[in-house]
Amino acid sequence: MDVTLYHYLGLSAILFVLGILGIFINRRNVILILMCIELMLLSVNINFVAFSAYLDDLGGQIFSMFVLTVAAAEAAIGLAILLVFFRNRGSIAVDDVTVMKG
Amino acid sequence: MVITARNPVHAVLFLILCFFNVSGLFVLLGAEFLAFMLVIVYAGALSVLFLFIVMMLDIDFSSLRQDMVKYTPISILIAGVLLVELLLLFQGWGGSSHIAGNLSEHPILSSEDMTNTKAIGAVLYTDYVYAFQLSGLVLFVAMIGTITLTLRDTHKAKRQRVSEQTAVKPEDILNIQKVTPGVGM
Repeated sequence: MDVTLYHYLGLSAILFVLGILGIFINRRNVILILMCIELMLLSVNINFVAFSAYLDDLGGQIFSMFVLTVAAAEAAIGLAILLVFFRNRGSIAVDDVTVMKG
Repeated sequence: MVITARNPVHAVLFLILCFFNVSGLFVLLGAEFLAFMLVIVYAGALSVLFLFIVMMLDIDFSSLRQDMVKYTPISILIAGVLLVELLLLFQGWGGSSHIAGNLSEHPILSSEDMTNTKAIGAVLYTDYVYAFQLSGLVLFVAMIGTITLTLRDTHKAKRQRVSEQTAVKPEDILNIQKVTPGVGM
């Protein structure tokens, strides 16, 4: 069976939808939400690399690398914020983030 | 599995498994550099970070999942609709004949002596050099931000106070004593 671009796009779509579903299901757990965001960025990366391979263009892989960089920075900062929040409140539930409510 | 695991540690481990699988797919696509980058950055660093946070924050995760059942049907509905839409889009668009070639039959690099890493480097440091520098800056800012956020200012930390050191006068710290011989201090 030939592995076509369509299969890669389908896998990427499934992964993206799984990430969205994870955000819906684990609405109150910030760590899992961050992990789901990583999952969605990974699916975007699959898209980029698949198109890069299909079009014989390295730009997709370069951009995928930048996506990876931003994802790493985002995860680091998110986890740091989470750590500070846990120190202050003793909980990481999203519902508890109401301090700045007007 | 990442999103349904009861134990968040298991969720992180499944995430690592997912990263490894995608890295294998990247190798199949001929993007070896990105595949190893993925393993090193994600599976090596990021997942360890996640695991570290999950284990350090000693949280009762079961209490966080109470309203999961209530929202599961509607969330599955939304996700299913989105998935069907995306797949239909790809199907209708990929049905045309020009897209249906085998991907592995079209390697990105035609010549044998040009590896994927070499090609990426040749493009990255010439055409995309500003974007590359910018991504470095993003990482730097993330590093500074993370350190500033999590650094706890302890009073036990010993710091050098340069102004006090340079402003000190000899008579403040020097005490001249006349010692008579045979008596001592």
